[in-house]
Amino acid sequence: MNISRRDFNKLVVSGIAGASLGIFGAAGDAYAAKNRVVVIGGGFGGATAAKYLKKLDPSLSVTLVEPKAAYITCPFSNWVFAGLKTIGEITQTYAVLAARYGVEVVADTAVSIDAARSMVTLGSGKVLNYDRLIVSPGIDFKWGAIPGYSQSISETKMPHAFQAGPQTELLNKQLHAMKNGGTVLICPPANPFRCPPGPYERASLIAFYLRDQKPKSKIVILDPKDKFSKQALFRKGWDRLYPGMIEWRGAAAGGKVQSVDAAAMTVTTELDVVKGDVINVIPPQRAGKIAVDAGLTDASGWCPINPVSFESTVHTGIHVIGDACIAGAMPKSGFAASSQGKLAAAAIVRLLRGKEPAQPSLVNTCYSLLGPGYGVSVAGVYKLSAEGIVEIPGSGGLTPIDASDDQLNQEALFARGWYNNIVNDIWG
Amino acid sequence: MPSKLKILLAVCVVSSGVFSASMDAFAARNKATQPAKVAETDPRGEVLALSCAGCHGTDGKSSGIIPSVYGKTPDYIETALKDFKSGVRYSTVMGRHAKGYSDEEIHLIAQYFGTIWGKNK
Repeated sequence: MNISRRDFNKLVVSGIAGASLGIFGAAGDAYAAKNRVVVIGGGFGGATAAKYLKKLDPSLSVTLVEPKAAYITCPFSNWVFAGLKTIGEITQTYAVLAARYGVEVVADTAVSIDAARSMVTLGSGKVLNYDRLIVSPGIDFKWGAIPGYSQSISETKMPHAFQAGPQTELLNKQLHAMKNGGTVLICPPANPFRCPPGPYERASLIAFYLRDQKPKSKIVILDPKDKFSKQALFRKGWDRLYPGMIEWRGAAAGGKVQSVDAAAMTVTTELDVVKGDVINVIPPQRAGKIAVDAGLTDASGWCPINPVSFESTVHTGIHVIGDACIAGAMPKSGFAASSQGKLAAAAIVRLLRGKEPAQPSLVNTCYSLLGPGYGVSVAGVYKLSAEGIVEIPGSGGLTPIDASDDQLNQEALFARGWYNNIVNDIWG
Repeated sequence: MPSKLKILLAVCVVSSGVFSASMDAFAARNKATQPAKVAETDPRGEVLALSCAGCHGTDGKSSGIIPSVYGKTPDYIETALKDFKSGVRYSTVMGRHAKGYSDEEIHLIAQYFGTIWGKNK
């Protein structure tokens, strides 16, 4: 069902009213001044928004605040475990955004947001004023959620590897050091979390490495869920490519992790204590710290937004995109974040001109690799209904379960094409 | 309208409560300006088409195995999308995407990509 014109207009009007606070509310000559948009976070959402703001309206002043000089993408970081990508090949920089698109890239951390005065304060003490702010902080982990687990444990003994970079390298190093015949434990969180197929693609590509190098080893997935993303496709692929190597224990089989012990290298589930040689714990998550500190989150730990423009329903003039926001039926994926970044950019350009944003249309496309020539995908097309953001019935969905080997091989090739194009669309 | 969205709307309206007077003004202004879209890019076509760039590259310029949309005519793009949608043309993923768009939306997407290379020289 489509959203009615009347409901859509109500959502739009709330956005326009917000705009009048920033621009029309000021003196007349402010109208002629350059509109300033600040973007916090240079990942899939924020970098896309910064680029597309400048692409759609080169007259805007766009400042991207990102402390890291380079961004290592979570998508394709599992490929590193299979030896199919190096960290260097999944590292993106901001040079093109600055040089070609005229985005001002500030290598600093946003430490606080003053929504009432439309100001962001940076770690250096510098203050940025904005007419519109985009917050794209990604995820933070709920460190206290699993007894025995902590940030320091994640950095030494049990990496999460769900923010790519040193964490990916640590897990990879542990896999390489493991003996043939070792056990790898992967402990995904409950929903919602970043990249729903990620832990299962990870199991597949670690299995690819182990089958080749350490074939007596096995992988056990200890999962608090009863089902997972692309489940039938993964399980069929595991049976075909890595028979007997990957064991998935869901909630019904007591897969829920109760606690971990880093000294003993064990995980305690509802049923038993499981020993691992390599233990990958992916803890529960919430919106990135700056979103929490700015009061943009609700009780769920994520940020509620107006789906027409991704403007926060807590603070006007602030848009939240990517993993941190609550985007209805959309998964927390890099592609979804980028799609939301474009939508927010297009909406902001129109709002700053006092015009109505277009009806939203959003897309997700995620590939997962089970082996070098074995890819599967999920696609989704989303629109606004009276329920919020919903998937269009009859569209999207998964690679067919009976897909031919040719099709699975094509999907693996398209996965590579997907990565090249999406990173160029964002950082290139 | 379900209560969830009502609450959302209420929050939006409350947060911008002082400006409720501007709402009518906006509605009136909007009515007068709505049909004027000859010179500028159709905003709906733009929003629909921006999503495609995630896989097909910025402005539809692909650098790898995924086909470029850039440089194709509106007719070519419209026919391709409709054939993916109906299943007449084989695809791995495009059929699943194309089913998410009405024929009118497919037309807008085709117009956007089919004319962008004229505007973008």
